[in-house]
Amino acid sequence: MVATESPRVPRPTASAPAAAVGGPARVRLDASRLSAFFGAAEVVRQVSITFRDREVTAIIGPSGCGKSTLLRCLNRMHETVPTARVTGAITLDGQDIYARGVNPIEVRRHIGMVFQRPTPFPTMSIRDNVAAGLQILGSKRPSRSETDGIVEDALKRTALWDEVSTRLRDSAVGLSGGQQQRLCIARALATRPAVLLLDEPTASLDPISTQKVEELVYELRRDMTVVIVTHNMQQAARVSDRTAFMLSGELVEFAPTNALFTTPSDSRTEAYITGRFG
Amino acid sequence: MPVKPGNRGPRPSGVQRAAAERTRTTLGRRRVVNVVMIGVTMIAAVVATLPLIFILGHLMSAGASSIDLAFFTEIPKPPGETGGGMANAMVGTLVLIGAASAVGLPVGIGAGLYLAENRGTLLANAVRFLSDVLNGLPSIVMGIFAWQFLVKPMGKFTALAGGIALGAMMIPLVTRTTEEMISIVPVSLREAALALGYSRWRTSLVVVLRTALPGIVTGALVAVSRIAGETAPLLFTVLGNQFWSLSLREPIAALPLQIFNFAISPYDAQHALAWAGALVLIGIVLIISLAARFATRSRFGRGGD
Repeated sequence: MVATESPRVPRPTASAPAAAVGGPARVRLDASRLSAFFGAAEVVRQVSITFRDREVTAIIGPSGCGKSTLLRCLNRMHETVPTARVTGAITLDGQDIYARGVNPIEVRRHIGMVFQRPTPFPTMSIRDNVAAGLQILGSKRPSRSETDGIVEDALKRTALWDEVSTRLRDSAVGLSGGQQQRLCIARALATRPAVLLLDEPTASLDPISTQKVEELVYELRRDMTVVIVTHNMQQAARVSDRTAFMLSGELVEFAPTNALFTTPSDSRTEAYITGRFG
Repeated sequence: MPVKPGNRGPRPSGVQRAAAERTRTTLGRRRVVNVVMIGVTMIAAVVATLPLIFILGHLMSAGASSIDLAFFTEIPKPPGETGGGMANAMVGTLVLIGAASAVGLPVGIGAGLYLAENRGTLLANAVRFLSDVLNGLPSIVMGIFAWQFLVKPMGKFTALAGGIALGAMMIPLVTRTTEEMISIVPVSLREAALALGYSRWRTSLVVVLRTALPGIVTGALVAVSRIAGETAPLLFTVLGNQFWSLSLREPIAALPLQIFNFAISPYDAQHALAWAGALVLIGIVLIISLAARFATRSRFGRGGD
């Protein structure tokens, strides 16, 4: 079922049949015995976790528990920091993204990421921001009119189109914080990634903007894998299908969201979600 | 412990009165010191601007009368004759600025990019230190070196040698501003580009350098205005020229040199022209500085980080 267009990393199969209706969804991203280091410090310890197609997985845990680092390992962003190191394996649709010869740039084109603070490129217009990921596709780069279509589509998916359609040529810096963040999500969606990683995407937003982003995340599950790191347990409960709880770099518990929040099997999970620490 | 009733009453005790008295004198002394210090610093602030005011005032009175159309369109008249202008010197200065920028900007911006992207490496630290040293190098030393290693081998004074000497003086300034401007581009922006699948060089060039560009332009303009008035390196390299010349392979006229030559001549007419030249030179530097300020004002990030 894996339609490989590039020899290294499989392209997302948008037309894949709804995986086993009723049964568990297909595993898209699979991390096994993953450890991440900054120098000698091991911030993610031997984590094994799977992320399924058309599901939102939330990663929760107190500050410094390694949840953001785990997320950054999934698209090989962790290694961009000096002294950072990763061991273990991660596969995307069965292919090892850390295998020798795999280009991290290629990996990142298939696994999009949105950060805690909005990061629109200040020198680019709203349109060019959304199209930024398309401009680097070389020979596969879409034409101008195709790009316009993709930009419109991405902006509509993020419910931004009505707000910005009349000023696509304006600087993206003029948008509000919430709009900027949705623009960044649109920018990540424009290249049609198989997986979208969200690193506390609402941490710097007001409640109304937060709600819009949450609704968007909820919608995105229809055709992709979403992993969201959040501080906010209510948010995890609202938007995710499965939740992972991390503590001191270890994966303590990973279960369907409902189960994790109502009947946690680990006492540390229970202590965290009932607010006894963190 | 029992407290004496007198201490809690509305009437202050002797100790309290003394303390209040001390506070009053302390406050009074502070007030006086405050006024004196404000006065001293204010005088210093005014004195700081006096040189410029004197210079501009004198240039106006001594040079403005010699500025006419001919000054901007004609070349200098032979000694003893009146009239003539400094058109060739102004054009020469522009040519030299162009040549210096062609040398100084690519090298300086490239070096700054390297320093910003490779922070902490041995080479980066060495380059940063050496460029700070080069920045403080007296311009006469640069002139002597340019003469030794450019003019002597070429066998004659040329505009090219002057351009290279001035360009070398621009390099450290441009390097350091570029590095600084690039390092204030938020890391998050770089990460956003990488996460989109941008390669490292494309991230540096398309996102980081472009974001830092207004600041780099400012730095470049400051560097240009700094070298526009340099005289010492030119004495050893371009020599000066009484006639029109645009060639990089020939000696060329330059405003600072022309001012120098006219100022040491025995003729009053040339003295007046020297003052006028100085006024125009200051005007050019002023315009460049204003342009730099304007470029800074339209910097990115006013609405964001």
